[in-house]
Amino acid sequence: MSFKRFFLTFTAFTMLTSVSAFAAAPIKIGALFAVTGPAAFLGEPERNTAKMVIEEINRAGGVKGRKLELVVYDTAGDATKAVQLATKLIKNDKVSAIIGPSTTGESMAVIPVVEKERIPLISCSAGSKITDPVKKWVFKTAQNDALAVGRIYEQLQKQKLTVVALLTVSDGFGASGREQLKAQAGKYGITIVSDDTYGPKDTDMTAQLTKIRGSRAQAIICWGTNPGPAVIAKNAHQLGIKTPLYMSHGVSSKKFIQLAGDAAEGIRLPSGKVLVADLLPNSDSQKKSLLEFVKDYQKHYKAEGDHFGGHAWDAVMLLKNAIERGGDSPASIREKLEKTTQFHGVGGTFTYSANDHAGLGKDAFVLVEVRNKDWVIVK
Amino acid sequence: MKKELFKFLIFTVLILVAPLAFKGGYLMNVLVFVGINTMLAIALNLLLGYCGQISLGHAGFFGLGAYLSGILTATHGLNPWLVMPLAAGLVGLLAYLIGFPILKLKGHYLAMATLGMGIIIYIVFNESVDYTGGPSGLSGIPALSIGSTSFDSDVKSYYLVWAFTLGVCLFSLNLANSRVGRALRAIHDSEIAARVVGVNARELKVRIFALSAVISALAGCLYAHTMTFISPASFGFNFSVELLTMVVIGGLGSIYGSFLGAALLTLLPEFLRAAHDYDIIIYGGLLMVMVMFMPGGLVRSVPDAVRKLVRLKGGAGNA
Repeated sequence: MSFKRFFLTFTAFTMLTSVSAFAAAPIKIGALFAVTGPAAFLGEPERNTAKMVIEEINRAGGVKGRKLELVVYDTAGDATKAVQLATKLIKNDKVSAIIGPSTTGESMAVIPVVEKERIPLISCSAGSKITDPVKKWVFKTAQNDALAVGRIYEQLQKQKLTVVALLTVSDGFGASGREQLKAQAGKYGITIVSDDTYGPKDTDMTAQLTKIRGSRAQAIICWGTNPGPAVIAKNAHQLGIKTPLYMSHGVSSKKFIQLAGDAAEGIRLPSGKVLVADLLPNSDSQKKSLLEFVKDYQKHYKAEGDHFGGHAWDAVMLLKNAIERGGDSPASIREKLEKTTQFHGVGGTFTYSANDHAGLGKDAFVLVEVRNKDWVIVK
Repeated sequence: MKKELFKFLIFTVLILVAPLAFKGGYLMNVLVFVGINTMLAIALNLLLGYCGQISLGHAGFFGLGAYLSGILTATHGLNPWLVMPLAAGLVGLLAYLIGFPILKLKGHYLAMATLGMGIIIYIVFNESVDYTGGPSGLSGIPALSIGSTSFDSDVKSYYLVWAFTLGVCLFSLNLANSRVGRALRAIHDSEIAARVVGVNARELKVRIFALSAVISALAGCLYAHTMTFISPASFGFNFSVELLTMVVIGGLGSIYGSFLGAALLTLLPEFLRAAHDYDIIIYGGLLMVMVMFMPGGLVRSVPDAVRKLVRLKGGAGNA
């Protein structure tokens, strides 16, 4: 009899303690970023930001009393490694959600893994393929290339420029941009007269630009990430090309202005609002998030926060929101994520739904111009 | 020969029971890639270790196998099992044709020519966006299946890949100990001497190049169907160099050496991950030390070191 009582008390006691232990256990979040390798310019700010935000959330007491624990792995931009590490995060670290990877290729490689293992993934890469068609467990924070292309074409339409030349880099970013530029041209009544590419490591694009100079293009649209576009800007400057030059959001950081120097003057590009956070009107719903992110990043890393880091900021905050609204298992986090409405992040205002896992509208981009080595918003 | 067979049996048993030690953790997934890399290292070792012909473009053949398999199954809906021999055969034929002009070259020139070949193949993957999906890759490749069993989990993929790898292993061991294997080693030591004793060196070199490409392409098919996604970045110049490192670190002219090299280079980064930002430095340092102090590769140096240790202990005991 006494044994039975002892047994009952013991079980009750263990159950109680285990419940309380469970409530206090941190929620593990995995992250895959290309911290080294060719895509390090994406991965590094993303990792820094994710670490910073998680640290701050924990310092403020965590989410609903539970701390967040971040497990970061470096994929070096390699799809095979990304898959292995995603498996590691899920099977060994038992994370409840994954942030990243940084590049579209890696994200596409990881998708089958998270779909099979049923773990929500918030990708930080831009390719529209990632969420189109919608995959149950996959979300993303980086703005679709389609939106950036739309911003440029809208401006061209406004200025009645209808003939353009394309110059895109032959990597994932450039290929995706090129696809969108070609697909949307018809909708805005734009004709593409020349469609050239350049290699990610090319150091001289005079040949392509000379060809474009000979065409009747009224604007040149270049799609690439540093340093290629800076070379193009310089080459165009040297060749005395007066045709307006548009770049992609791939170069929307101060680094581009540094690289291109004087040649950057007058170049326009669509950019996430983070670049011009302090120039935004106070009525802008994102302004609070943007300034908070920029200030934080400056304080922690003595560097300017860019929109790549912003993707990670959004991903962590979206997860935090989902957990706050009651998500505590992979399945419930996914469910709450999908119900995110009007979240004002760094990349834009997110509203996810069952048939939209990208969540951003056209207002995610502003068109900026380089003037006096700084950005101004094009009205 | 009996001793060889016995060694192979032990190796097979080790491979078969290895999953029990890992119980389905993520290392299983890494071990699948050890299998694929072992196949590739063996392929390159047949060419480099046995025949003495370098190739810096083997990632290209690997990629061709993966892309042929990927495109034919994902885009055209063909049966993966049907595509596999087709892809391997096509890549073999291509290698056979390129082999004739390329293998006339020797030393650095051969290295440069194969390097160029690898880079050309890589550029084709990158630029023919309509077929390969370009830099952002090709997705939706089906997993292999027999009847209703699909090889969709790591454990299943492990046995599938290793079945192929062990097959390649056995075949290569046989080849190495055959008349052809001896002819290959003769070419390795002196091509002129080999020709004098009646070895058709030119034809044999091209054939082994083609065979090596076939095995690489096969590995590519398996890679495509286990990953279900491929992108050009996995088949670049860097990977060719990594393969070369596996072969050299493991041991030139040794099939088991290829396995050791592939296993070490695939697993090492996973274990070094604990060292966070310093992993790359440690990795590089270790490789340098190994090349400097283990010129015969792991397969020869490790037994040597053990023997020396035993002798030292024995000597100390006697004194």
